[in-house]
Amino acid sequence: MANMQRTNVELDRLALQHSFDAKKFFIRWESLLVVILIGILVLNVVVSNGNFLGSQFFSAANGFMDKSFIVLSMAFVLITGEIDISVGSTVALSAVLMAISYNAGLPMALAIALCILVGAGCGAINGLIFVKFRELPTMIITLATMIIYRGVATIILEDRASGGFPDWFAEISWGSLGPVPYSVIVFALLATLFAVVLHKTAFGRELFAIGNNKLAAQFSRIKVNRDLFVAFLLNGLMAGVCALFLTSRMTSTRPNIADGYELEAIAIVVLAGIPTTGGKGNMTGVILAVFIIGFLRNGLGMFNVTSPVMSVIIGLLLIGTVLISNFFINKEKKL
Amino acid sequence: MLSAQTVSNENKKRRGSMREFGMLFILIALAVFFTVANPRFISGENLLDMFRNTAILGILAVGMMMIITTGGIDLSVGAVVSLTGMVSALLVRDFPNTPVIAAILVAMLVGTGCGLINGFLVAKGRIIPIIATLATMNAFRGFTFIISDSAWVSAHEFPADYKALATGGLGPVNNLVIFWIVVMIVFYYFQTYTRTGRYVYAVGSNPDVVNITGIRKDRILILVYTIQGLLAGLAGILWTAKFASAQPDTATGYEINVIAACVLGGVSINGGAGKMQGLILGVLTLGILENALPLVNISVFWQNFIKGMIILTAIVANVLIKRRSTAQGLKRREI
Repeated sequence: MANMQRTNVELDRLALQHSFDAKKFFIRWESLLVVILIGILVLNVVVSNGNFLGSQFFSAANGFMDKSFIVLSMAFVLITGEIDISVGSTVALSAVLMAISYNAGLPMALAIALCILVGAGCGAINGLIFVKFRELPTMIITLATMIIYRGVATIILEDRASGGFPDWFAEISWGSLGPVPYSVIVFALLATLFAVVLHKTAFGRELFAIGNNKLAAQFSRIKVNRDLFVAFLLNGLMAGVCALFLTSRMTSTRPNIADGYELEAIAIVVLAGIPTTGGKGNMTGVILAVFIIGFLRNGLGMFNVTSPVMSVIIGLLLIGTVLISNFFINKEKKL
Repeated sequence: MLSAQTVSNENKKRRGSMREFGMLFILIALAVFFTVANPRFISGENLLDMFRNTAILGILAVGMMMIITTGGIDLSVGAVVSLTGMVSALLVRDFPNTPVIAAILVAMLVGTGCGLINGFLVAKGRIIPIIATLATMNAFRGFTFIISDSAWVSAHEFPADYKALATGGLGPVNNLVIFWIVVMIVFYYFQTYTRTGRYVYAVGSNPDVVNITGIRKDRILILVYTIQGLLAGLAGILWTAKFASAQPDTATGYEINVIAACVLGGVSINGGAGKMQGLILGVLTLGILENALPLVNISVFWQNFIKGMIILTAIVANVLIKRRSTAQGLKRREI
């Protein structure tokens, strides 16, 4: 009995310590990201001779916004401790289906709806396979569907490109409200929505619980399967949104677009402080990380840094931040 | 208790062999299908050619199997193949008198270095393998572009004996296949009969217990990533010899094929399980899918879709078999 009491006390103490550490982590990790972001913004301003403060800011942001939609939902998936590497292929499949259905005579508005629906459908397939066969790691499921989705896109378009969209379609990614491009506005709305869902709704809190301990979540009457299904569905849906903006920006589409987007999205989410083992993180970090990577690329681009060098730098940045987090800030849960 | 243990062990054994049986069945079914559709499939010439085209995948899959067995993953393998291939190609271009064996050694040395970096990041940096190798994938790929100045090394710049590496052979059997067979035999022996080889399985089965038993987990991890680097170095030079060209974007995304071969070969992505016998079946299945489609007039554009569907079918079938054998095992124990 006494033994048990001691255990309880110890557990309490551990819980206290843990929550304390977690708090410290959040404060320090996000502030680190803010410092990095400010540094990168200053770099951008200096390199562009101040032009960055004017028109360049939004045009630069517009350049990386399409990818960023996926990052929001990828954060959900990673928080549950799962992974989805099929989103790049989902983008390609949605874009290809939108293009061919428009060229087959479907009105553009319906083709756009189809694009988003196809994305959601791909995500739903991932989620369905996962909840039906929970023994399978999502890495493997989405590896298979990654090959399949890209495969379907390739069967449809072979090695051709498809485009010829109406003029107003390009406006979706090139147009703006005042100086603010539509893509940035949509991202701001979606980011707010995702942040509210993640932090203020039961569903969002359940995602964290699932990421920390699936079995415990199950026993707490959390609908684990439903939540995981929704997370994958959302990821597909966001891939559809990405496909829409990407196609609008490129004015045509090919089956090999968005190659490697999944890994880029995962890298940004990890930089944001969400470990791939799940269970922690927040949307502020994710949004900061989106802009850090985006503006870093933009700034380095202005330095005439070639894209190979950039990929080295981004690789090193990823390793560096994770190492800092592992050894100085977040000693318990490894990224 | 003891009898229950024995039963479950027997079950495990049966399950393992059943998995390989399932894969063997798919492989034979594919072979029969292709033979019926085009009898040329089964000709010695075609089979040897197919083995030659599959050898590099086979070599990489051996290293990947060991990494996945420890519960890790290596996304950087395609980038290492490209980097080592480029290094050896630049070496023989600039110093045409370099003996081929020296080029092989240099490529393997560079590969080993890359693997060592991955191993250190995973074992000592305590970074989750998918993130560590995602970052190094970016970095290695970037280095390849930097050292090559984004240019190709083309066929006429290679000395004849370098290209002979991939055209020569022992009787009808191509050098690439010989390399593959040697690698398989060496690592089959290593994994099955050496103590360190068994530790690889132990690390993947239960990392916590491994620490208690005094196995130096870090060393095993560094070892397997280094082995994969070494094999990727070998694969890199064989790749450039086979295609008689070295391009900085060689083998982009090839890691997915290698991982898929492992998955088809019954290597559990959660670690702890995977055998050379199964791996051979997985590699051959993928090899057939990659090489035999033109023989039966299926457009290459269908290749990815068919590949993905077969992977999905195999993993789902595997789960269903497992569920059934577990249910039967429970019935036998009358629980």
